[in-house]
Amino acid sequence: MGEKMLVFEGITKIFNQGTQDEKRALNQIDFDINAGDYITIIGSNGAGKSTLLNVIAGTYPPEEGRLIIDQQDVTKMPDYKMAAYLSRVFQSPTMGTAGKMTIAENLSLAECRGKKRGLKWGVTRARKKRYGELLKVLELGLEDRLNQSVGLLSGGQRQSLTLLMATLSLPKLLLLDEHTAALDPRTAAKVSELTDRMVAENNLTTLMVTHNMKQAIRCGNRMIMLHEGKVQFDIKGKDKESLTVEEVVKRFGAKLKDESLLA
Amino acid sequence: MVVLSVLPISLQQGLAYALVALGIALTFRVLAFPDLTVDGSFPLGGAVAARLIVQGVDPILSTLAALVAGFIAGCLTGILNTRLKINSLLAGILMMTILYSVNLRIMARANIQLLYRPTVFTSMENMDVVRFIPIIIFFFVITVFVKILVDLFLHTEYGMALRATGDNEDMIRSLGVNTDNATIFGLGLSNAMVALSGALVAQDQGFADVGMGIGMIVAGLASIIIGEAIIKPKTVFRLTLAAVAGSVMYRFIISLGLRLGLAPTDLKMATGFMVILALGVPAFKKTREGKDHLRGV
Repeated sequence: MGEKMLVFEGITKIFNQGTQDEKRALNQIDFDINAGDYITIIGSNGAGKSTLLNVIAGTYPPEEGRLIIDQQDVTKMPDYKMAAYLSRVFQSPTMGTAGKMTIAENLSLAECRGKKRGLKWGVTRARKKRYGELLKVLELGLEDRLNQSVGLLSGGQRQSLTLLMATLSLPKLLLLDEHTAALDPRTAAKVSELTDRMVAENNLTTLMVTHNMKQAIRCGNRMIMLHEGKVQFDIKGKDKESLTVEEVVKRFGAKLKDESLLA
Repeated sequence: MVVLSVLPISLQQGLAYALVALGIALTFRVLAFPDLTVDGSFPLGGAVAARLIVQGVDPILSTLAALVAGFIAGCLTGILNTRLKINSLLAGILMMTILYSVNLRIMARANIQLLYRPTVFTSMENMDVVRFIPIIIFFFVITVFVKILVDLFLHTEYGMALRATGDNEDMIRSLGVNTDNATIFGLGLSNAMVALSGALVAQDQGFADVGMGIGMIVAGLASIIIGEAIIKPKTVFRLTLAAVAGSVMYRFIISLGLRLGLAPTDLKMATGFMVILALGVPAFKKTREGKDHLRGV
C-alpha cells in the first residue's frame, strides 16, 4: 500500500479547441491515487466525470499534462493499448458485452484483455469449466447458460457479467462509469453490492463515477467531487467514513456559492 | 425432368461461387462491413491466374497467387476505410473501380482464353467420366475445406476478436484489440476467398474476362439471404453453412429460371429483385428479428 497507482499531472482536456464551442472539460487536474484505493467521483452534469475516465482509458488524449499508471507514462497511449492496464464497465449494459456472442465467448474475450490474441482455441474446455464456477458466484444461474447469446440476458444480468469480465484477468485499474445508472433500483443495488465485493476480494484500485450521492458516500475510501473540470472536494480516510449526505450538500452548496461569487 | 437436368450445373456453379458467398458472409455478417470490393476482386483472381497460366506458371501456383492478390486488394479497402477514414461503401466502390483498370493491366486485354492451357482441372478432364463429376467433387472438397477453416478460425482467440469487432467495436477495443487491424485483416481474408473463387471459375469456364465480376456482390448477397432463410445463422457453423447451401440454391433457382425461359440478359435484374424482396419484407413486418437479420446490409 501507499504506492502510487495513478498520477494526474496538470491534465487538461479541451473539446472543440479554437472554435466557438470550445470547452475545457478538465482544467489542470492534479491528483494521485494509491494502489488499493476505491475512489468515488461525483459531480453535476458536465463536471468532467466521464471525460476523466475517458482520458484515463486513452479514449480522449489530453491536451496538456501527463498521465502515469504504475510508474509508466501512458499519456499518449491509444485506447486499445490501455487495455493492458485497466478494464472498464460502461453505463449501458449493452456496451460492455458482445450481444451476438455466447456468455463463454464474452468471458474468453475478456480473459485475453490486453494480451496477444493468436490462433489458439478461444473457449477451451478448461476455460468453460472455470467460467462456470466463476458465474456461480453471481447467483443468476448463468453457469448453465454458457452457450447462450449474451443478447438474451436482461440488463442486470448483462451488467453483472460485464463486471465479472472486468475482473477476470485482474486489471491494475478498474473504471466504473455510472455502471448502475441504467438499471432498476433493485438490480442496481445488487450490482453495486457485487462491485463492492469484487473490489474488496481482489483489492482492486478502483475509480467509480456515479450520480448517486448516497452510493458515492457509502462506497470506497475516498471521494472526489468535480466541478467545471476541477477537483472541488477531495475527502478520504476517517473524514470520508463519517461523511453524510447533508454535510456534502451543505459544503457543496457553499462552495458553489463561492464559485458563483468569484465568477 | 427439368429440375433434374439443371442439377449438375447448379451444383457445380453453386459450389464454385460458394467461396464468394463465404467471403461476403465474413464481411457483411461477421464484420458488419458492407464490402463492395468483391466485384473487383473476383475478376482480379481470374485475371492473375489466367495471366500466370498463359505465362507458363504452374496452375496451382497461379491460383495461389490469385488468392494472395485478393488478400491484398481486401486489405487495401480496409486501409482506405480505417486509416484514411473513407466511408466503408465508398472505400469498396473505389477499390472495385481501381481494380477494373488493374485487371485490364494484368491481362493486357479484356479477355484471356485458357482452352488448351494446363489448368487445375486438366487432370480431371482426362478422366474417363463425364466432366462435371470430378469437377463437382473438386469444388465440393475445396468449399467444404475453406468453410471448415473459416469456422475454426472464427473460434480462435483472434477470430473471436474479429467477430467482436463486428458485434461491439467499442467493447473489443476496450479489451485491447486494434479493431482497425482486425477490419483490414478480415477484409483481406474475405477477398482472398473471393479471388480464389475467381481463379477457379476462370479455369473451369476456360477464360478470364474483365467483366466476370459484375453483379457478384448482389448474387452473393442473394445466396446468403436464401441460405439464411432456410438455415437460421445462430452460430458461426450455421452461418457459413447457410452461405454455401444458399449459393447452391441460388444457382439452382437461376439455372431453372434460364431453362424455363428467363432471358440471360435479365438475370442480374432478377437477382436484384430477389435481394430487394428479401430485404424489403422484414421492413414491412418491422420485427426486431428482421432488423438483426440484416446486419451489415
